[in-house]
Amino acid sequence: MRTKLHQVGRRLLQALPSVFGVVVISFALTRALPGDPAIYFAGAMADKESIEQVRIALGLDRSWLEQFFIYVGNLFKGDMGLSLSTGQPVLQELLTRLPASLELTFIGLGLAVLLAVPLGILAATHPGSWIDHVCRVLVTAGVSLPTFFTGLFLIYIFYYLLGWAPSPLGRLDILYLSPPTVTGFYTIDSLLARDGETFISSLKQLILPAFTLGLFALAPIARMTRGGMLGALSSDYVRTARANGLARATVLLTYAFRNAALPLLTTLGMVFSFLLGANVLVEKVFSWPGIGSFAIEALVASDYAAVQGFVLTMALLFVVVNLTIDVILTLTDPRVGLDD
Amino acid sequence: MRRRDFLKTAGAVTGASVLPFLKFLPAEAAGRSDTLVVVAGQGINSLDLHRKGTNRPSYQVTVNIYDRLVRFGVTELKDGSLSYDSTKIEPEVAESWTTSKDGKSLTFKISPKAKFWDGSPVTAHDVKWSFDRAVSLGGFPAVQMKAGSMTKPEQFVVVDDMTFRIDLPKPSKLTLPDLAVPIPFIINSKVAKAKATEKDPWATEYLHKNPAGSGAYKIARWDPGQQFVYERNEDWALGTKPGVKRVIVREVPSASTRRALTERGDADLYMNVPAKDAKEFKEGGKIKVSGAPIDNCLHVLGLNLKHKPFDNKKVRQAIAFALPYKEIVEAAAYGRGKPMYGAKEMTPSTIKWPQPFPYDTDFDKAKALLTEAGFGKGFETTLSYNLGLADWQEPTALLIQEALGKIGIKVTLDKIPGANWRTAALVKKSLPMHLENFGGWLNYPDYYFFWAYKYGHLFNSSNYKNPEVEKLVDETLHMSVEDPLYAANVMKMISIAFEDVPRIPLYQPYLDSAMQKSVEGYASWFHRQLDCRTISKA
Repeated sequence: MRTKLHQVGRRLLQALPSVFGVVVISFALTRALPGDPAIYFAGAMADKESIEQVRIALGLDRSWLEQFFIYVGNLFKGDMGLSLSTGQPVLQELLTRLPASLELTFIGLGLAVLLAVPLGILAATHPGSWIDHVCRVLVTAGVSLPTFFTGLFLIYIFYYLLGWAPSPLGRLDILYLSPPTVTGFYTIDSLLARDGETFISSLKQLILPAFTLGLFALAPIARMTRGGMLGALSSDYVRTARANGLARATVLLTYAFRNAALPLLTTLGMVFSFLLGANVLVEKVFSWPGIGSFAIEALVASDYAAVQGFVLTMALLFVVVNLTIDVILTLTDPRVGLDD
Repeated sequence: MRRRDFLKTAGAVTGASVLPFLKFLPAEAAGRSDTLVVVAGQGINSLDLHRKGTNRPSYQVTVNIYDRLVRFGVTELKDGSLSYDSTKIEPEVAESWTTSKDGKSLTFKISPKAKFWDGSPVTAHDVKWSFDRAVSLGGFPAVQMKAGSMTKPEQFVVVDDMTFRIDLPKPSKLTLPDLAVPIPFIINSKVAKAKATEKDPWATEYLHKNPAGSGAYKIARWDPGQQFVYERNEDWALGTKPGVKRVIVREVPSASTRRALTERGDADLYMNVPAKDAKEFKEGGKIKVSGAPIDNCLHVLGLNLKHKPFDNKKVRQAIAFALPYKEIVEAAAYGRGKPMYGAKEMTPSTIKWPQPFPYDTDFDKAKALLTEAGFGKGFETTLSYNLGLADWQEPTALLIQEALGKIGIKVTLDKIPGANWRTAALVKKSLPMHLENFGGWLNYPDYYFFWAYKYGHLFNSSNYKNPEVEKLVDETLHMSVEDPLYAANVMKMISIAFEDVPRIPLYQPYLDSAMQKSVEGYASWFHRQLDCRTISKA
């Protein structure tokens, strides 16, 4: 165990250069954007003089190098700057928006795993059967339907026509106020506050967007499960297990699935990171106050501090997710070591 | 724990994002006649309009929670819609005002009925502090104040506690209407000064999140990125008491979702509806659409005189004769645009602005003019448009591309992201052919010409330069509309614009809003934002 901890520590240290690289690159890239934030934020009627005033107020009249050192210095103080497009400190924006995106992504991914893994296993054990075809259709649909379309389609059916779903107004319906912040996940926070009503409401708001995301994430997971299972089922060890007369469930789950789960876990890590950044369209359609829509708006407005903050957060998240996946892999598969 | 108690404690914990007036939204109030639910595409980013970087949607906060010295009246249009009236200026904080004989100073008597939210009376000191702030902080507020000839704090004089005077370098018709735009709002200077620091003498950090005003509504809650809530100021005595007690403005970025919410009846009011949805709401009959052409605003095709061959007047006229005006109004504006083509005379007969230009789709004439100019074989150029306004600019650009192809002009389309648009089109003025829309807040033709036809001015993206226009605009801008020269000068300006067409008007756009049938009293404003003071719910 001590060596494991040591390994995790070393892994974290290895991440430091890449985080520093991200800080430099995000800084340079935002400056390379074609827009001029001073002109953008000076407002509709601003003349040359007022644009210059804004430029000086934003510190954009200084040299890049100077700006960079100020930025890094502030980062060490935990100050990520002020987002001009939303008027809030970037740190605060990220702290309120990241949980919103994470909550949605976790639930969407959870739904996808719950659906895709059994589906993939069934498809692999019965290749060519109707369940295999269902799996194929779902996977194709999930990949080829753009998320905003799925989102709008679900809203149209379940909200507009049937009236079953609550209004797509973000994390809570108009009636409810956000629960006191502990984790930033409304479902957890409302439970912590023992407020069942808000919990139900936040869960209801989550269903459609999470399903939209889930459908999108379904495809890679189901495919990886199916592929991995097919490979494992035709392997020698499964044949041996069968020949030895082990129970079907044991063969499938202990021998085949445990081996098939390795590539699946790696895929899950990728899908998770990808979903977190790519659910902008779902956020837009469901008015979800998440991190994706924040980043896009910041990018469009050349809102430097916000873009840098977003890129940095995502980079850190990627590091954490990859590390977590690696750790889980070593735990599930003794063949994998962190030093590989 | 009971829901209500819980919510009370919840407010105390969330702290910064919740403002002190309201800790919870009584659940039973939503959906009732005293609560209005509004959906908007973009959220606000500040409660202080004087702050740098404050976005357009935030203007509405200023309109509803602060008072100004004067305001514009509201009038009923022919189709029953309500709209602001640029010719009617009514008292707000000022109960009366007088102009000195030489027209160089305006004196306002402050109404004793004007009270800040904390109960203290609005005084001339507050007005002066607020106006000083508007001209001192720079940026857009300073530019807008300058339009009314107000540039220095020395111009604002406290005569006594309840009398306030503005001194002007020369008399101007623009000063009084400029006091009714959102910018010169009146702040409770005692509260603000208490929060001012040496580095921040105008308390921008404090007022950014904590308004201190006297207006008909207060901000009860602001959850950035999600919603904000207005609550009626029951003590407001400067006008008819607003009809709704609480207004919830929810941020809903997707236009399709906004439409679904409106049709399902979960939203009462949907501001700034795209023309296509407005048309379909109207045809559907279940949702009421109220809209008016935006005063002093035109969607135009700009031709940049710094790029050949647009320096040739004949080429510009040829293009003006080749544009598919009718199709543009139908396909890009879905009929929600006032035609600006087809006038018969090359000289205007009225000073009405905007008015139709003497051009219409006539390819023969266009070809003849092009040949005369020496471009009978046509030429190649690019047409740039703003992706942020793609809903009308994209179809318009495509129609223009097709039509100009018929007279031999090969057009390549160039899409520019919204954030880069201002730099390219208005500041560098580097786009040869482009779509542009400018609307002047102050409804005078000469004001439009000042911004859009004077050389070097922001919205003159065509680099148009005509000494006669320069002279006419300078002479007319501050002139009273009663001046005998005024009408003649304006008509002269318009006829030059007819003749030279550096900007070819396509149509005058509408500002449309959709609402439930129970919503009454909605009016369109020049600032294109929601003024909830006149609204009531049946």
